[in-house]
Amino acid sequence: MHDVKKIDVMEGILDENDSIAARVKETLGEKGILVVNEMGAPGVGKTTTLKNIFSRLKNVKPYVIEGDIEADFDTKDLQASGVQTLQINTYGSCHLDAPMIEHTVGKMEFDEKGILFIENIGNLVCPAEFTIGEHVMMLVSTVTEGSDKPYKYPLAFEKADVIILNKVDLMPYLDFDEEFYMKGVRQLNPDVPVFKVSGRTGEGFDEVTAWFEKRAEEL
Amino acid sequence: MHELPITEQLIKLAEKHCRDNDGTKVIKINLVCGDYSGFVPESIHMYFDIISEGTMCEGAEIDIRRVKPKLKCPSCGELFERELFSFACPKCGTDGEPTDIGKEFYIESIEIE
Ligand SMILES: Nc1nc2c(ncn2[C@@H]2O[C@H](COP(=O)(O)OP(=O)(O)OP(=O)(O)O)[C@@H](O)[C@H]2O)c(=O)[nH]1
Ligand SMILES: [Mg+2]
Ligand SMILES: [Zn+2]
Repeated sequence: MHDVKKIDVMEGILDENDSIAARVKETLGEKGILVVNEMGAPGVGKTTTLKNIFSRLKNVKPYVIEGDIEADFDTKDLQASGVQTLQINTYGSCHLDAPMIEHTVGKMEFDEKGILFIENIGNLVCPAEFTIGEHVMMLVSTVTEGSDKPYKYPLAFEKADVIILNKVDLMPYLDFDEEFYMKGVRQLNPDVPVFKVSGRTGEGFDEVTAWFEKRAEEL
Repeated sequence: MHELPITEQLIKLAEKHCRDNDGTKVIKINLVCGDYSGFVPESIHMYFDIISEGTMCEGAEIDIRRVKPKLKCPSCGELFERELFSFACPKCGTDGEPTDIGKEFYIESIEIE
């Protein structure tokens, strides 16, 4: 018989991911790049939000990493508009992680200060669990998803540094209970700015863009 | 979905600590997993059985201690589990604030030989 020894470990499974994320954040921060982790359920308007911000950004250069399980429609779209965009396909994985971002960032050229927007995989759960080197966690939610989302997916709302409430042009057709939604948001995240916008009409995006420009200047 | 890379990382960590302590085989892994960590114990068990084959962790038992998320009441300091669609403190009714309790995901210890 061998002796069985008990060894104290006390090491987090995500510690390695988190330390790579910290490195990404620091390296890009030193170059004057604000890193934004954009998350939200499939189809909430993550790409639409980026396009609306880009058409309004004046003094800050945008860079993009697009995460998708498969396909690169969104990347082609953004590249066509002249924004440096790189694609990550995870082929099954439900979130981006810090090693993927570090690898991809290594292939990009940051010739000017600016903002790197990383569109995470469409998913309201998993991306909230993995830091990828962001200074800002942006959550895109919509009036079409229903007002109970902060209660059902608390982690995403808790971790957000800024929340976009999109598709408000559809309000007249829905029973979205804004008071109930905001109550949930405030309990999880008392001070987070919430911007009501429409990617369709552009309503609200001047304010969103100004918020990001200010945030980039403060970096 | 993401329990596969997580389980790989788990095995890698356990092997490292086993080797660092001159062990040759991991008998048991004591894991702490908060309900809000987002990781599903059943999936970890399933992947573990498959991908631990041929590693120092093959055949090891995984003991997963679950932790229920708790809110903290800003008025009276009570730590409590929330009811569905409510954040109210059971003692005084004030809405509680999120804490890190329930988000843990780490290896507490391993048993090796
Ligand atoms: N009516 C309305 N439709 C919108 C709005 N914003 C986005 N959409 C539509 O919603 C659909 C999804 O938008 P995307 O921007 O592709 O959403 P996404 O979150 O990037 O989607 P995935 O990357 O596939 O998860 C498109 O058909 C958009 O035109 C909005 O404010 N109002
Ligand atoms: Mg998209
Ligand atoms: Zn209380």
